[in-house]
Amino acid sequence: MSGHKFPIEASHIKMFAHAIGDGNPMYHDADYAARSKQGAIIAPPTFLKANHHFDPESNLRPKLDQAWRGSGKYATTQVQQGAKDRLAPKPELLHAEQHFEYHRHLRVGDVLTPTTREGKTWEKLGKRSGKLIFSETITEHRDQNGQLVVTETSVGVVTEHVIEQ
Amino acid sequence: MALSASSLKRGLSHTVDLIHDLKRTQIVQYAGASGDFNPFHTDEIYATQVSGYKTVFAHGMLVMGITGKMLTDYVGDGRLTKYGVRFTRQVWPGDGLKATATVTRLFDTNERKLADFDIVTTNQKGEIVLTGYAQAEVD
Repeated sequence: MSGHKFPIEASHIKMFAHAIGDGNPMYHDADYAARSKQGAIIAPPTFLKANHHFDPESNLRPKLDQAWRGSGKYATTQVQQGAKDRLAPKPELLHAEQHFEYHRHLRVGDVLTPTTREGKTWEKLGKRSGKLIFSETITEHRDQNGQLVVTETSVGVVTEHVIEQ
Repeated sequence: MALSASSLKRGLSHTVDLIHDLKRTQIVQYAGASGDFNPFHTDEIYATQVSGYKTVFAHGMLVMGITGKMLTDYVGDGRLTKYGVRFTRQVWPGDGLKATATVTRLFDTNERKLADFDIVTTNQKGEIVLTGYAQAEVD
């Protein structure tokens, strides 16, 4: 995730706040926000993760020129051949940790550009999941003036077995 | 409204009931808002037949976002300086969520007063689904 632009827009913030069940007027009422100390609509603290919409490399949303892996005629597009065979469940990447450091809060009108680098990788043995392989990515989000707004560290994990409770 | 340092002390806890019966629709809503359409969150057939789960489950970031509402309602708008979590257990449709922030440290820097918090979110069985920390500027 690097180089693309993530415009911070009011209707997107409103939809995101609704999805996390947050009716705070700071996230949808421009008049209320204008009278507040912030002076404008700000974004909830986890809003940066709505960046998937703008990241051309994201594999978490359907792309116009590629078949999506979700179910349709078959459980997944990847098994159109021999679809009668039940698939053996295979572990997929899960989100293990998420860290944000806010240098300032996002405001409507900001346009962010991320720069991502790979961090550490490590392994652990889990009780329910077998061997766990963790990998870290660090992203700096800079605004339209080149100022650092948020530093984000995300940790993904692949488990040996599917965790089902 | 922001928190005042004089109203806080180490060990003080703040707990909020956030979700009583998580609906699949809210997970779908979060997928749409965030752009994270990973099918094991919203596609029952994929989640059960391809990924091998009992059903779909909430995005970790939905749980962090719901927990974040407790935090921002508590410390005030635009006050967080740090917020980080570890996802310890999956959150399923029908689950309830309760989040707690506990003051661990109050301190001053040159320009401002800050408070550190431990964060824990549990499900309706009392199992921990998220642990983490936050830091906020206080008055």
